[in-house]
Amino acid sequence: MNELINTIAIVCMIVVTISIALLLFRVIKGPTNPDRAVALDAIGVNLMGMAGLSAILLVTTRLNDVILLIGILLFVGTVGLAKYLEKGVIIDRDDD
Amino acid sequence: MTGTTTEFIMNILVIVFLITGTFFVISASIGVIRFPDVYTRLHASTKAATLGISGIMIGAFIFLYVEHQIVSGKLILGIIFILLTAPVSAHMIGRAAHSIGIKPWSQDGNTKDEYADTLKEK
Repeated sequence: MNELINTIAIVCMIVVTISIALLLFRVIKGPTNPDRAVALDAIGVNLMGMAGLSAILLVTTRLNDVILLIGILLFVGTVGLAKYLEKGVIIDRDDD
Repeated sequence: MTGTTTEFIMNILVIVFLITGTFFVISASIGVIRFPDVYTRLHASTKAATLGISGIMIGAFIFLYVEHQIVSGKLILGIIFILLTAPVSAHMIGRAAHSIGIKPWSQDGNTKDEYADTLKEK
């Protein structure tokens, strides 16, 4: 049974890799900058799935912190990118 | 006997969750490739990728519970975090795209943009 789960996890990793490659095509080609932001967000979500599949393959629990860390950095990065696209500034100052 | 039966059912559950999650992840990325517009791409990426990642995380959670007898709360916390933050980031990217002047896609070119009308009235 464990060999079957290992094989399924390897196949799932290959499929997630193909998905990251498709999203990378959208990051490079994407007609506008918000397209690139959307594709980068989806690439981060796929990386979280990749870490979960690695935790299954290696039978370890030490990758769970990595999953949380990727999620938090992804949220902060996407919000910063969206604010930069909207106004050109990320941190507002009230001294003007 | 009961231990092996429970283990078998848990392993089948792990396989089903992994395959379902991976299917939704690849369908999200095909949607990002194929849809014509920023807003429709946001729709594909946010909803389908969130569902797929939830499936993979639940599969990993059940696998770690069967293999190590460890209830890993960090995986559940990751699911909750993604479920909370994906709509927020999608909303911010959509608002930024609208404010830098990207029109919603339509086949015949005369979509009604009610958000722009509301912004104009203010």
